[in-house]
Amino acid sequence: MKYQSQSVAKLYFIAAIGLFVGQILFGVIMGLQYVIGDFLFPYIPFNVARMVHTNLLIVWLLFGFMGASYYLVPEEAERELYAPWLAKLLFWIFLFAGAATILGYLLVPYAELAKLTMNDLLPTMGREFLEQPTITKIGIVIVVLGFLFNVGMTVLTGRKTVVTIVLLTGLTGLAVFFLFAFYNPVNIVLDKYFWWWVVHLWVEGVWELIMGAILAFVLIKITGVDREVIEKWLYIIIALTLISGIIGTGHHYFWIGAPSYWQWFGSIFSALEPIPFFVMTLFAFNVVNKRRREHPNKVATLWALGTAVMAFLGAGVWGFLHTLAPVNYYTHGTQITAAHGHMAFYGAYVMIVLTIISYSMPIMRGRVANGPKAQVLEMWSFWLMTVSMVFITLFLTGAGILQVYLQRYSDTPLGFMVVQEKIELFYWMREIAGVIFLIGLIVYIMSFFVKHDDEVTA
Amino acid sequence: MKETFTKGMARNIYYGGSLFFLLLFFALTFDTVSELPDRDNRQAINESVTLGKKVWEVNNCIGCHTLLGEGAYFAPELGNVVKRYGSKAAVKAFIMSRPAAGIPGRRSMPQFNLTEEELQGVADFLEYVGGVNTEGWPPNIQG
Repeated sequence: MKYQSQSVAKLYFIAAIGLFVGQILFGVIMGLQYVIGDFLFPYIPFNVARMVHTNLLIVWLLFGFMGASYYLVPEEAERELYAPWLAKLLFWIFLFAGAATILGYLLVPYAELAKLTMNDLLPTMGREFLEQPTITKIGIVIVVLGFLFNVGMTVLTGRKTVVTIVLLTGLTGLAVFFLFAFYNPVNIVLDKYFWWWVVHLWVEGVWELIMGAILAFVLIKITGVDREVIEKWLYIIIALTLISGIIGTGHHYFWIGAPSYWQWFGSIFSALEPIPFFVMTLFAFNVVNKRRREHPNKVATLWALGTAVMAFLGAGVWGFLHTLAPVNYYTHGTQITAAHGHMAFYGAYVMIVLTIISYSMPIMRGRVANGPKAQVLEMWSFWLMTVSMVFITLFLTGAGILQVYLQRYSDTPLGFMVVQEKIELFYWMREIAGVIFLIGLIVYIMSFFVKHDDEVTA
Repeated sequence: MKETFTKGMARNIYYGGSLFFLLLFFALTFDTVSELPDRDNRQAINESVTLGKKVWEVNNCIGCHTLLGEGAYFAPELGNVVKRYGSKAAVKAFIMSRPAAGIPGRRSMPQFNLTEEELQGVADFLEYVGGVNTEGWPPNIQG
């Protein structure tokens, strides 16, 4: 570790992994509720489990992005973090706010939580992914602004690199677009239209900049390939991302009341959205093949290649599968969407955070890389989680195709609940794959506790 | 990727392309917002619909259902539920009838203990959403 203050990242990464475990536990609960409908009812109804599952994901990924920034920005800027104390303070505030919100979901009925947090003053609750009480949303804004200030000052007063500028652009976009979470008109079309400015412009826009920057940083470190080469790739990837992704927002505007021209804009531009992910895959493999050093951290390289491939499959291929308006007319709001959501989030964002953790954690624990035993165990967790996620996606896709056919496509469409029972088998298979994912995650955590063997770190 | 295509060119495409498409997105948004009055059934919005949307939100209905295809995929689409059930009264009766302890082995909507005013609000809200011009989606009455 070149700069002492980089070590604040460790706190963030530990919290991220802890919340990740919670996310998966609730995922397994929801998966079971799909087949045993009254499981934990009425104590943890499905909607509560889902809120916990998705909100924990968002929060732990944000912890991951912040940790990644605190780790890589000082090293890139060649100076200590502007205010390490602020990073630590914001960590505890964010962790407390996040934990309190999740406990609120679990311990109080949601309507009660809305009352307690005075949602009426500025109603923002009860919209998908933005279920947090308004007060939590304000807390998120404060934490993110403090974080941006800290990282921004470090970048601006230090060496500026393409990696840090792209990262900072992505993080600023994250903060700016989150502000649309506070706009909640009664008019449902306007509500939905601008809700996507948070959701789509995050995950199919600025988050990809963050992902690209983190991936570029890790690849510079583990391959030793010339920075100039990597930076050119990074510019091409993020150019393609924003050129396709911004108007690509239109693929959410087909059936929610927006004008029909969005069917053209949305279909054409979102059909281009797989391209930046494909280029990212080319980039990762190309750079690793041209490596100028053999970095002892093999498993970090595996994660870096894995995230590029899985992001392309999950976000690119599974996204394209249902993005054209005539197809989406039938698949909109079915298990096909759920299938895509799972692999895209895992491939792009879970795996990029695990990539930087895999690269930086050993260094923060005083070694270049973990010993072979720990690395092999981590590789096992990589394959267990990745393969089981592929199967979760395939089973949900199977469920989705049947659902679309039985409920929407056949000459005698059946009701929603009738169809759900007919496709139960696929939900059981998905649940089994989910349990294997959980086992993979347990193996991942075990890999941190393998006793270190000094031989390899030289 | 050889020297003919430099990092500077890549950077310019990034800045220029992003800015151009961001501006185009703003222009399309401006046009969309000005076309919405003819499409989004806003004339149906009244006090009861406003209350209904609030009830919809503070009970996290989107955590199980989809509304115009967005939300969770655990329970049926509700954008066309008033048409599917035939009347607002039927929708209200369904919400009221949910057993507090659930149904053994099956998915069941929680009992929310809504007041008559809140129930009416939810039904009016769902009817209002049903009047949005969705380009013919969903494909059939099953949602």
